[in-house]
Amino acid sequence: MRGDSAPELRQILDEDGQLRDDAVVPDLTDDELLELFRMLKLARHYDERAIKLQRQGRMGTYSPIAGQEAGHAASAFALSGDDWILPSHRADIASRIRGLGLEFHLMYCMGMERGNRIPEDTPVFPVTLPIATQIPHAVGMAWASKYMGSDRVFMPYFGDGGTSEGDFHEGLNFAGVFDTPTVFFINNNQWAISIGPDQQTKSRTLAQKADAYGFEGVRVDGMDPLAVYQVTHEAIEKARDPPEGELRPTLIEALTYRFGPHTTSDDPSVYREDEELERWEQRDPIPRMETFLRDTGRLDAELLETIEQQVADEVNEAIDIAESVDRPEPTNMFDHTFAEPTPRLQAQREELQMLREEYGDDAFTH
Amino acid sequence: MSGTETTETTNLTLVQAVRDALHDEMARDDRVVVLGEDVGVNDGVFRATEGLYDEYGAERVIDTPLAESAIAGTAVGMAAFGLRPVAEIQFMGFIYLAFDQIVSHAARLRTRSQSSFNVPLVVRAPYGGGVHAPEHHSESTEAMFAHMPGLKVVIPSTPYDTKGLLTASIRDPDPVIFLEPKSRYRASREAVPTDSYTVPLGEAAVRREGTDVTVFAWGGMVAPTLEAAENLAEEGIDCEVVDLRTISPMDVDTIVSSFEKTGRAAVVHEAPYTAGMAAEITATIQEESLLLQEAPIERITGWDTHYPLYASEDFYRPGVTRIEHGIRNAAGF
Repeated sequence: MRGDSAPELRQILDEDGQLRDDAVVPDLTDDELLELFRMLKLARHYDERAIKLQRQGRMGTYSPIAGQEAGHAASAFALSGDDWILPSHRADIASRIRGLGLEFHLMYCMGMERGNRIPEDTPVFPVTLPIATQIPHAVGMAWASKYMGSDRVFMPYFGDGGTSEGDFHEGLNFAGVFDTPTVFFINNNQWAISIGPDQQTKSRTLAQKADAYGFEGVRVDGMDPLAVYQVTHEAIEKARDPPEGELRPTLIEALTYRFGPHTTSDDPSVYREDEELERWEQRDPIPRMETFLRDTGRLDAELLETIEQQVADEVNEAIDIAESVDRPEPTNMFDHTFAEPTPRLQAQREELQMLREEYGDDAFTH
Repeated sequence: MSGTETTETTNLTLVQAVRDALHDEMARDDRVVVLGEDVGVNDGVFRATEGLYDEYGAERVIDTPLAESAIAGTAVGMAAFGLRPVAEIQFMGFIYLAFDQIVSHAARLRTRSQSSFNVPLVVRAPYGGGVHAPEHHSESTEAMFAHMPGLKVVIPSTPYDTKGLLTASIRDPDPVIFLEPKSRYRASREAVPTDSYTVPLGEAAVRREGTDVTVFAWGGMVAPTLEAAENLAEEGIDCEVVDLRTISPMDVDTIVSSFEKTGRAAVVHEAPYTAGMAAEITATIQEESLLLQEAPIERITGWDTHYPLYASEDFYRPGVTRIEHGIRNAAGF
């Protein structure tokens, strides 16, 4: 029968931020729990500022994250050492947690290549816009890493829409066959632009698709930061050291919601109902985590204020950096096509320089 | 223009002309179906399918899962089995996921089956830059498709041509790649007949008559080329501007006859220089009219680099200044 293999929904905090009866708080220190909360707040505040930057014409198209902070932040929080992520275009906070400053994502959205120039020792792959293409890359990186004798784990992020692409199925199949240390993280935010869950798949859950590839699929409340952390942590442990007879990969489906539009060019009121949004807003990860931290004596008003100030400062600083870096030299485009420019590229570079000198840069931009 | 004689027109943008053609062909022929991501309830991310879902319903205006290869591949099957699908790929930068289905199957099924099957399919995609879009949204890699036997590649530059060429593409018995210059989607309006009409595939249009240099362009490059031509007229260089409209099959007769009038030529495209369509046009002119050639043919194109993120795109994509510069080279040789 359809849906027989659908995994149950994992949850630790209920929608009011109360610990569920049977739930165990993940093994994190108080400081770590507060840091996770700070990352959720950072993601929300960054999102609000980024949307304003786009509206003010200071930045190009942006993909809002509000609603999905826990899916990105708590999962990345479970990685350690030099575990890698392969982010989607919405996973800025996951990249931030893996060590990439928010200014990089801002620069990318401002149309500058240097936003994707990942600093050395930062285990973050450049953002890719074609959908699901990073899934086979993650499997290949994990495969290579395993071959080289490392115990690193590789985690690609993608949305519910990505599970319909061929690359999803081909990547997961390889992961199973070659037993790669890969954790596939779906932020199922219910909408791939205007296409809702029923039109994306007739599987009852996305997690159960893992069955077809021979490894485990897990379904988690993607707006419950503690549960997201816990299931990702377990998947990472398994990827490093699987129990006898089990495969390393895991497919995680985080059930979440994007409160805003697909991108700043999209108007969701055309295809979805307000009451659906209101229902999901009841599950907002941030008040849930705040309630939990307050109720357990880890957070008070003073500490909250400090966190909010830190978050505002960090975002301000990232915006200042992104807006103050030099605009890219147009000839930069010739520098990264090949390791060594071909004679023709060299000639074209010189031609552009000659044209700039003859006409001035203003002649190109209007 | 052929088809119904009409005098009634409405002022449409290029994207509204796309919608108008789809609407009219769906009304005329119930084999015509539209499929792609967000083409239904959302009316298309550029509103190219506005109102079609309300009028024709979910069976004919099909919102698909997010899967470019499946969109193209199922459309091949639909077309082979008697429908007239119009598949939308949301941005040309995502068409590569569908590339295998287009080039290995849409383009080849007639040959493979010795015409016992054909693929009357249109694949629509917005292409080209100039609108500050993110990565993978601004490329113009039309030459890849023009290089494939069995595909027609159509690129309109005006609202009038858009409706007529898209109508002709839908009625064509073979697969057509229909590339829409998104920088022109809402750039201007033009009187477009309310009735159906076709603009034949494979015929170029002379947009401006001139005697000194012939400039070939298509899609998003036609408007800046015409602007450059007007500026150069003040300098005493009289350009003829030819809009190819269809790059495969190419209108060799119009290309050659215009060149033979001027003896000098420039080709403008957004796509990279190497192995772009300018090379094909140049070779064709040399084969047909070598002894009439008075100057090297200028190629005014994108560079052999990836299309940069938008902060640098004006230095990549030929603009009026670069087009004028190239034409002056051709005129002054």
